[in-house]
Amino acid sequence: MMMSTQTAAVEADVQPTPGRLLTRMLRRPEVGAAIAAVAVFTFFATITESFATAGGVATWLDSSALFGIMAVAVALLMIGGEFDLSAGTMVGSTGLIVGILATHYGVNIWLAVVLALVFAAVVGMANGLLVMRTGLPSFIVTLGTFFVLQGLNLALTKAIIGQVAVQGLANVPGFFDVKWLFGSTFSLFGTPFQVSIAWWLGLTAVATWVLLRTRAGNWIFAVGGAAVSARHVGVPVVRTKIALFVVTACAGWLAGMLQLFRTSTVQASTGVGQEFIYIICAVVGGCLLTGGYGSAIGAALGGLIYGMTYQGIVFAQWDNNWLKAFLGVMLLAAVLVNTYVRKRAEVSR
Amino acid sequence: MTTAAASEQRGRSKERTPLLETRSIGKTYGSIVALRDVSTSVHAGEVTCVLGDNGAGKSTFIKILSGAHEHTSGELLVDGKPRRFASPREALDAGIATVYQDLAVVPLMPVWRNFFLGSEPSKGFGPFRRIDVKFMRQTTYSELAKMGIRLRDVDQPIGTLSGGERQSVAIARAVYFGARMLILDEPTAALGVKQSGVVLRYVAAARDAGLGVVLITHNPHHAYLVGDRFVLLKRGVMAGNYARDDITLAELTREMAGGAELEALGHELGERFTESGVADELAAERRRT
Repeated sequence: MMMSTQTAAVEADVQPTPGRLLTRMLRRPEVGAAIAAVAVFTFFATITESFATAGGVATWLDSSALFGIMAVAVALLMIGGEFDLSAGTMVGSTGLIVGILATHYGVNIWLAVVLALVFAAVVGMANGLLVMRTGLPSFIVTLGTFFVLQGLNLALTKAIIGQVAVQGLANVPGFFDVKWLFGSTFSLFGTPFQVSIAWWLGLTAVATWVLLRTRAGNWIFAVGGAAVSARHVGVPVVRTKIALFVVTACAGWLAGMLQLFRTSTVQASTGVGQEFIYIICAVVGGCLLTGGYGSAIGAALGGLIYGMTYQGIVFAQWDNNWLKAFLGVMLLAAVLVNTYVRKRAEVSR
Repeated sequence: MTTAAASEQRGRSKERTPLLETRSIGKTYGSIVALRDVSTSVHAGEVTCVLGDNGAGKSTFIKILSGAHEHTSGELLVDGKPRRFASPREALDAGIATVYQDLAVVPLMPVWRNFFLGSEPSKGFGPFRRIDVKFMRQTTYSELAKMGIRLRDVDQPIGTLSGGERQSVAIARAVYFGARMLILDEPTAALGVKQSGVVLRYVAAARDAGLGVVLITHNPHHAYLVGDRFVLLKRGVMAGNYARDDITLAELTREMAGGAELEALGHELGERFTESGVADELAAERRRT
């Protein structure tokens, strides 16, 4: 014991040496997803002709963006140790609010967009407060919110406009101003790319910055990894978790706007059944279901894998039902790889 | 371990205002009385040991001191002034840091993130305000090296350290952030002999550095190695409050083992133990004291 104490005293001024590059890379949560993304890309690029063309890339990137945006937000929440099953229906709810307010009630479209954001924030806050106040699992609480939103989407839409889809939004004044923000395209290599891709990349960058380089990020990992320990060292656990619920709901609003202003229509059933895909994307990206571990880049890659497969199957002209089977295999593989990689990272030093 | 200067300082501390004092403090959960009438004090540069069996009220007591729960009766005085802590943050701000046996760290997070958790140093302005990663990594490394923990990589998840090292990281963190008082919850309970030694050495080091220490334990041998004052809890009430000079290790051990109750048990089981003489020994010891 004396020996090691003396040695330590001598080395106290030495800077910490970074570990070996390979170990450091293997320790990143998104490493499995990165490898899988390359594999999926190579596979579809080989068996189909259009997958690797600029037009093909624009198509699957767009698909990936809509799932990726939600996967990143859901990943933050999962790292914080909670789930949100109402995230999918929120996409529909916010779209319907804007659609109905603008077409049926003649509300200014910008105002409608802001009101939808306020609605999302309030529902997110309600989710968070319910979970934190009652101590119930977020799985149950947000399952409740999911059904409430799903029911309201259908019932209220039918009661107000008499049908289950909002139409005629493109005729509303100011529609194309907002469309520039959420539904426009930008040209790259002579191919139009959807603006959703920029939102996706931007959100992933911001989320990664927050997670790895801010106090809030440190707190997100801590409240998901060991909430009681975090509270004891002074981390505002309740505030952090509620903020994460609000962020997730607001991401649902963003995805809702992106879909609404691209197609200028929204179905009352939009988003139902998507919530598990977001969670799967986050898990494929390296998030632990138990919280405290994961990454935003990984979740974005999870969205990318899903988007590539979704469109790749179309390009290959396979039966679309293969997607679900693939999704299941991917999820199981991801959980196994994550467990293996994490154990390796913890032991090999 | 104790130097002459340190013991002199410890002697002087008797006249000074204690860092922390409890007067008939108690806590009820609804109709259940978890703790009542505990009066003791913690001085700078001294170790107050809280001993008791499972369910004696040890954890309730430290939860009050650390701000996790508010007391429902009696008084809690910090620097002679009555205080109530609504959250661990408030206790931390008053200089009282608590290190829990199982709850000291977040296992999956890197050592350096754990070290600064809740008190992360930042630099930059507005949206570019960020944690000072370089400073955090270097400080973690050097602070732990001072305590004799040599890390190959401050990025390794803290869950990969040994139990004694995790406790020591938590103690080092509390000391680094300027705690005046350290509450240690069963720091040696899950540790082997060697690891316990590592932790007790840091307890003594913290004491000699002038911190007040509250050491919760059910091991009288560990307590007697570093303790200046011993508070015994039994079924939620204070069964004894001794200065080091007033009690021997043997007495402390016997009190902890159940004292009179154990003796009664000895009589009950007397027939079986007559040959080994355990009951006689216990009775003889009882008469001596």
